[in-house]
Amino acid sequence: MTTSLSTREIAGQISERLPDAVIDAAGTAILVNSNSLLDVGAFLKNTPGLDFDYLTTITAVDYYQYFEVVYLFVSMEHNHSLVIKTRCQGRDNLTLPSLVGLWRSADHQEREIYDLMGITFEGHPNMKRIVLWSDFQGHPQRKDFM
Amino acid sequence: MTAVDAAFSGAMRHLDAVPPDWPGNEWWHWLVFTVICIAFVLVMIIVVIYVERRGIAFFAARVGPNRTGPFGVLQAIADAIKVLLKENITPSNADKLVYWLAPAVVFAPTIMIFAVVPFQNGAMMADLNIGVLFVIAISSISTIGVFMAGWSSSNKYSLLGAMRNVAAVVSYEMPVVLSIAGVVLLAGSLSLNDIVLAQERVPFIVMQPLGFLLLFIGGCAEINRSPFDLMEADSELTAGFHTEYSGMKFAMFYLGEYGEAVVMSTIIATLFLGGWQGPVLPPWLWLIVKILIVFFTMVWTRATLPRVRIDQLMAFAWKFLFPLALINLLVTALEILAWPGDLPLYIIPLNFAITAALILLGSKLFKVGWGRVEV
Amino acid sequence: MELRTEPFVLNIGPVHPSTHGVFRMRATLDGEVVLDLDPVFGYLHRGIEKLAEERTYGGVIPLTDRLDYVASMTNNLAYVLTVEKLAGISVPERAEYLRVIMSELQRIAAHLVSVGSFFNDCGAYFTPFLYMYRERENICDLFDMVCGQRLLYNYMRIGGVSQDIPDEFMPALKRIIPHIRGRIDEYDQYLKENEILLARTKGVGILPRDLAINIGASGPVLRGSGMKWDIRKADPYSIYDRFEFDIPTGIQGDCYDRYRVRIEEMRQSLRILEQAVAQIPAGEVRADVPHLIRPPVGEAYAHVEAPTGEVGFHVVSDGSIAPYRCHIRAPSLMNLTALRDMIIGWKIQDLIVIFGSFAITMGEVDR
Repeated sequence: MTTSLSTREIAGQISERLPDAVIDAAGTAILVNSNSLLDVGAFLKNTPGLDFDYLTTITAVDYYQYFEVVYLFVSMEHNHSLVIKTRCQGRDNLTLPSLVGLWRSADHQEREIYDLMGITFEGHPNMKRIVLWSDFQGHPQRKDFM
Repeated sequence: MTAVDAAFSGAMRHLDAVPPDWPGNEWWHWLVFTVICIAFVLVMIIVVIYVERRGIAFFAARVGPNRTGPFGVLQAIADAIKVLLKENITPSNADKLVYWLAPAVVFAPTIMIFAVVPFQNGAMMADLNIGVLFVIAISSISTIGVFMAGWSSSNKYSLLGAMRNVAAVVSYEMPVVLSIAGVVLLAGSLSLNDIVLAQERVPFIVMQPLGFLLLFIGGCAEINRSPFDLMEADSELTAGFHTEYSGMKFAMFYLGEYGEAVVMSTIIATLFLGGWQGPVLPPWLWLIVKILIVFFTMVWTRATLPRVRIDQLMAFAWKFLFPLALINLLVTALEILAWPGDLPLYIIPLNFAITAALILLGSKLFKVGWGRVEV
Repeated sequence: MELRTEPFVLNIGPVHPSTHGVFRMRATLDGEVVLDLDPVFGYLHRGIEKLAEERTYGGVIPLTDRLDYVASMTNNLAYVLTVEKLAGISVPERAEYLRVIMSELQRIAAHLVSVGSFFNDCGAYFTPFLYMYRERENICDLFDMVCGQRLLYNYMRIGGVSQDIPDEFMPALKRIIPHIRGRIDEYDQYLKENEILLARTKGVGILPRDLAINIGASGPVLRGSGMKWDIRKADPYSIYDRFEFDIPTGIQGDCYDRYRVRIEEMRQSLRILEQAVAQIPAGEVRADVPHLIRPPVGEAYAHVEAPTGEVGFHVVSDGSIAPYRCHIRAPSLMNLTALRDMIIGWKIQDLIVIFGSFAITMGEVDR
């Protein structure tokens, strides 16, 4: 059974290493500062005992005032999982650091989020639209698109 | 007799191909046989298309065409009519003359080869005493037509397909020619009629089993049949050298493909299965039966085997078939030297044993996927 | 004399002679060898995630059919599991068993299509493809018996399945299990040691294990590379912890391994089916769930092991009758991340074979 790790405990571990990273760890996910996303990712991947080597899915949700991006990590070795969230405030010029350097599974998913939600991921080698054609204007999955 | 008469009969004597049982030495011999050749090839192509489509369907647990005509026999004619009614599109960048000539160059040799195939003892258009050489030479002309088609289409896919085709045909010429050479050694003559007559005792398939296998496999490869059909592979991305052809020109390629299959089956039937010989039925019917048997075997291998890659195909020709063909020729020559005159019948099991041993040895030393050969 | 050569770009267009859906690749070739590959997606994008926000929770189920249209049951199951997790609904026993039976039958049917198409790409002219479709016909007839549909079933419901099986279903299922097992053994006999097939697929398109994990691969692609990870064992959903079955893995991650993994998975699915058929209880097949269900505010993620890999749904609820956000984790999209790495250096014919060994469905990739 894949165990979901306790968010408080992991948040504590992250805060020891990266002081300003964690914003909130009350619920089932750890809310992380978007600037330290890359460092948190490296910490989760490389720390022995955590070893999160599998990025299952990235979801972007439009909450009108902000966009929330949800990352689900799994460790195949220890069979445990963790959910990390991060937020981008506002609706224009949204950027987040890209996790492609650590997990290549982020490649197509980040392109899709850029295509459909309009969040640009810095550091992605191929930040182009993926499911829509390149001349398309707008980002259809946003709540104000239609 | 006037000078004109003398000149005329002198000219007619040049058209003499005097078959032993043909009634008289008639001047219209060549006309009759031209009609017979063309009619035979076209009818056989239609029969063969039917055999192939029904055969592959039955191998694949389905039925095949059975609507057009009783049991679907008119399917090929329906396809021909459909194709004739389609528009003849010529790409604008195409090299016009070469583009128009290519289908003819591919299809014509298949009819020409039947000039030297005997339908009965001596019943052929021309009993050339270099019959086998004629067959091999003319069958290579189709390859030029294929390359003309690929080149003149000014299309990357066509050129790729045509080049693959030329490479494959050139590679497989060697085992084919060497296996035919073995038969020629046994028969003592290059004339196809003499070769069939030399098989009176026993057909050459039992005297030369290895030669038969080599000619069959090499023949399949030369005419682009599965498992060597990567030139016209429909489950791969290029439609091959005839991508840009439509209408009647495409019909010529389609007919040419099956025509070559008929030609190769005829050559195998004549050289190895005894041509028109057989007990009860008329000789031409025996020839047709043997052609259909060989063709059915080709359909069988097509329905059963997957396709090889181009570099594996050439490696197979050069590293496996060619050495076997050389050894086959050597063994045949030694046998003929050892027993001048007719070979005794107890040589047959010896030949089979040698064939089995060589194939086992070859398969130990060579695997189709043996490394990646750079092409 | 130096021959001037230059690479050329070949567009392997959206319309394929192979049966893999609308997918475009722009390959840069040097003669026969592939130098670069640029995949282009999106030809089958229908906006399913956005459409899901306009429908009720129950109304999204037909949309999920159309994701991996070859394996609709497992897509349905993933979605209803997520909503049940979100709303805290428990499912009756008989419904759980029916779900398992349908999922495993679907796995066999989808693998038959995948393996058949794979052989078609290798050049075995339709013969193994049609043989495998013959067995798939039996399974489609069973599905027809249950829900009236042969391809897009819409069978799972939130809280169970839509209807109970008719009386003739169980005898028919018991009849075809040994039949399919015999046929799979027969296909193995024809194809496992065929030299041409080995030459075309062994050592071709190797996906190393670490790369497979890093790109988020799942299903036969991941297991073919030697990683023993199956959601049914690693994170069991429904009642899979009650069944005994093995997880086949490959050795080096080439096309041959992926094909072998699929064949062995079919055999393991037959094992699960036999156990489920023996253990299935009587009872209701659907929990009492309101038609316009309003799950509490929150979000949930649930995943299943579909034939192509791990299908997951991330559903966010805001307490209304429609999902606020419904994100689909598509295994085919993740598996394709390494396509370029696996194809560079091989020939065009290998490209077709490697792409065929992934057995992706474009409905999932583009959604």
